[in-house]
Order: sequence, then C-alpha cells, then structure tokens
Amino acid sequence: MENLSLHEGGPHSGLPPGAQHMMPPQGPSAPPPVPQLPPQMFTTAAQLLDLTDKKLIVSLRDGRKFIGVLRSWDQFGNLVLQNTIERLFVGNLYADVERGLFLVRGENVTLLGEIDLDKDDYVPPPYEQASAEKVFELKKEEDMKKKKFDTKRHKKLAQEGFEGEQSGEAII
Amino acid sequence: MLFFSFFKTLVNHEVTVELKNDISIRGTLKSVDQYLNIKLDDITVVDELKYPHLSSVKNVFIRGSVVRYVHLPAAAVDTPLLEDATRREAAQTAAKAKQG
Repeated sequence: MENLSLHEGGPHSGLPPGAQHMMPPQGPSAPPPVPQLPPQMFTTAAQLLDLTDKKLIVSLRDGRKFIGVLRSWDQFGNLVLQNTIERLFVGNLYADVERGLFLVRGENVTLLGEIDLDKDDYVPPPYEQASAEKVFELKKEEDMKKKKFDTKRHKKLAQEGFEGEQSGEAII
Repeated sequence: MLFFSFFKTLVNHEVTVELKNDISIRGTLKSVDQYLNIKLDDITVVDELKYPHLSSVKNVFIRGSVVRYVHLPAAAVDTPLLEDATRREAAQTAAKAKQG
C-alpha cells in the first residue's frame, strides 16, 4: 500500500521536510491550497469504489431510473448493474419493471445514489404503486406530451437564436 | 486543474449542486475528481416531492458533465487567492505556449 503515492508528495510521501522544494516543478506548481487528504482519494476510481456492491439508484440523462447492485465500472463511469429494476414514475403513481443485468455507458449517467437500506425502497406518500402496464401506458402518454412541448419550445428558442442545453431531448 | 484543486479545498463543506435537469441537491462535499464528478453526503433535495426517487438516498455521485451550477459557501472561498491562482496558471500556460 505504501507504493500507492502519486507524483505529488503528500504528507506521507516519506520525503524529509524541505526535500519537496528541490523537486522539479510538475504540472501547476503554484502552491495549491494544501489538500488535507491524499491525492488518490480524489479519483473517479476512489469515488466509485465506495459504491461497488451497493444497491444504487442510477438516474440517466433521458430521465429513466434504474435500481440495482453496482458490480463493475471503469474510469469513464461505464457501469454494470445486477438485478436491475426500472422504476417508472408518472403523476402520483409508480411501478417497477424487472430488467436484469445492465451495462450503462457512462455518458448517459447523471447521478448515482446509494440507497439507505434503512429507508429501502421508500417512496413518499402521494406516490402509490400501480401495475406496470398501467403506469407504462400513462408514461408513454406523458412522454409524448413532453416531447411535443419540448420540440415546440426548442423551435421557438431556435427562432430567437438560442440553442437548448439538451437539444430537444426530454430530461426529467 | 485549477478548479479541481479549488474544489478539493471545499471538501467537507455544505454545497448545493444544481443539475442540468433542474434538480438541486444540497449536501456535504465528500470528494471530487479530475472530471469534476462530485460526491455528496447527507443529501437533501430541493423540492423533494418532485423527485421521489431520491428520498431513500443518503449519498450521491454526480457526473461532472451534468452539473449546471455549484452553489458555494461564500465564507469558505478565498477569492483573492483564487484570483492569484488563476493569474499564475494563465501565466504558466502562456509560458508553456511560448516554449512549445
């Protein structure tokens, strides 16, 4: 584990005090506001390592939500989820659909949330579980409406010379 | 790299992250990486009832590319230092461009 230290001489780099000044400048050599934690804490890998084998909710750019166990990942944020369910929300209803094993390409991920197992699968009151078929139908309707609205708005914005952040893609 | 270093100085402070899909999440900044992916702990979601999928979530990893704003605690930001650092980095980049 001792060999893990990166180029930046952290507080535990084993160099005698003062030796760091003799090192050739690497990268931005401006005196950085001293980080209190070792640099290897601040990597994508370190962040995702904590979430491995945990039950997560993954929110995608198109608004879909997947709940599953994170089994693997890489530096781009590509993810492998096991025992995945998709949770559809529409109006005051929600439904779960079994989806199985998933590989998600990193660019589509917006957010990973670790589920608090004490509050596992808690959905706040106004929302009620309904059958997947029903929710799916309603969802399709809602998405259609949203798409229409977004296209319209996008067109209007384009006329004024604006380009939408999401280029017409429905984001929820 | 400057803002990566900057965010590292804000670890353990309360920040609010506003995403491009309009969700605002407030929490303790736990970690940040080179892509400015952000990890927040003890989160609360602004307008939580609108985003019910997050009510059983305690900490989140947010992909840097979907962040619109990060609301910072003003007291934790040393603005003159940040300005200096920016100038220094700009000078360095300019020097490097001259060399290469």
